[in-house]
Amino acid sequence: MDLIADIIIVLLVTVGIIFTIVTVIGILRLPDVYTRAHAASKSATLGVMSLLLGVFLHFWWNEGHFSVALLLGIVFLFITSPIGGHLMTRAAYMSGVEPTKLTVGDDLKEAVKEQRKESDKNTPYDE
Amino acid sequence: MKTNDVILQTTAKVVFFIIFLFSIHIFFAGHYAPGGGFVGGLLTTGAIVLLLLAFDLRTIQQILPFNFTIMTAFGLLLALGTAAGSIFFNVPFFTHAFSDFDLPLFGHTSLHTAMLFDSGVYLVVVGSAITIIQSIGGDD
Repeated sequence: MDLIADIIIVLLVTVGIIFTIVTVIGILRLPDVYTRAHAASKSATLGVMSLLLGVFLHFWWNEGHFSVALLLGIVFLFITSPIGGHLMTRAAYMSGVEPTKLTVGDDLKEAVKEQRKESDKNTPYDE
Repeated sequence: MKTNDVILQTTAKVVFFIIFLFSIHIFFAGHYAPGGGFVGGLLTTGAIVLLLLAFDLRTIQQILPFNFTIMTAFGLLLALGTAAGSIFFNVPFFTHAFSDFDLPLFGHTSLHTAMLFDSGVYLVVVGSAITIIQSIGGDD
């Protein structure tokens, strides 16, 4: 029973570390800010969640300590990390960071242009 | 241009309660585990700052209608009162006391006057940090 527990814990921690390394490779190799944010927010979230779950199970099964803080950390990361990625990419888009040359379509560009025109019409002396 | 903040605002509403509950936990666990008044106060400040980022300053002042300057003063008064109260029992300044009580909901609990001092620290940290942030961010 202890062996099975240890195998599960080691697997979870290993998966977490591999996903974190994949994140770093993705940030280094992908061409623009949007694809990099895609790598960073998804892969790092799953990696760190898996690592935390491994640590939680280790302390629960091997040390007999049920840590609610770690569970709360998993939930918290799952909620906040993708939101962080979303906010950073949106801020990058709104400040005019160009996507990579490989992009085939950009529907948001038309929408933003239209909305800018609309808001300029409503407040002509703003900015 | 006005942008749509619905994702940030919805998340902030949920996450605020997680951070706030964790700050209360950190505050109460301070005697036996890492934590205490300072870290708990900073975490509460962080939760309020998250709301300030997601909404605007006037909305937050309506939701939390506290005068944070008075909160700082009250915290200092509480800490000083806890320290000075020991004089009336003929023991040196800052001597703490504790005892065990049987509370109706919590069962057998040991209460310590260091908790009151910590509450003072908590109030001072929350009050002064929010005062700093509101007075910097409030310049229109």
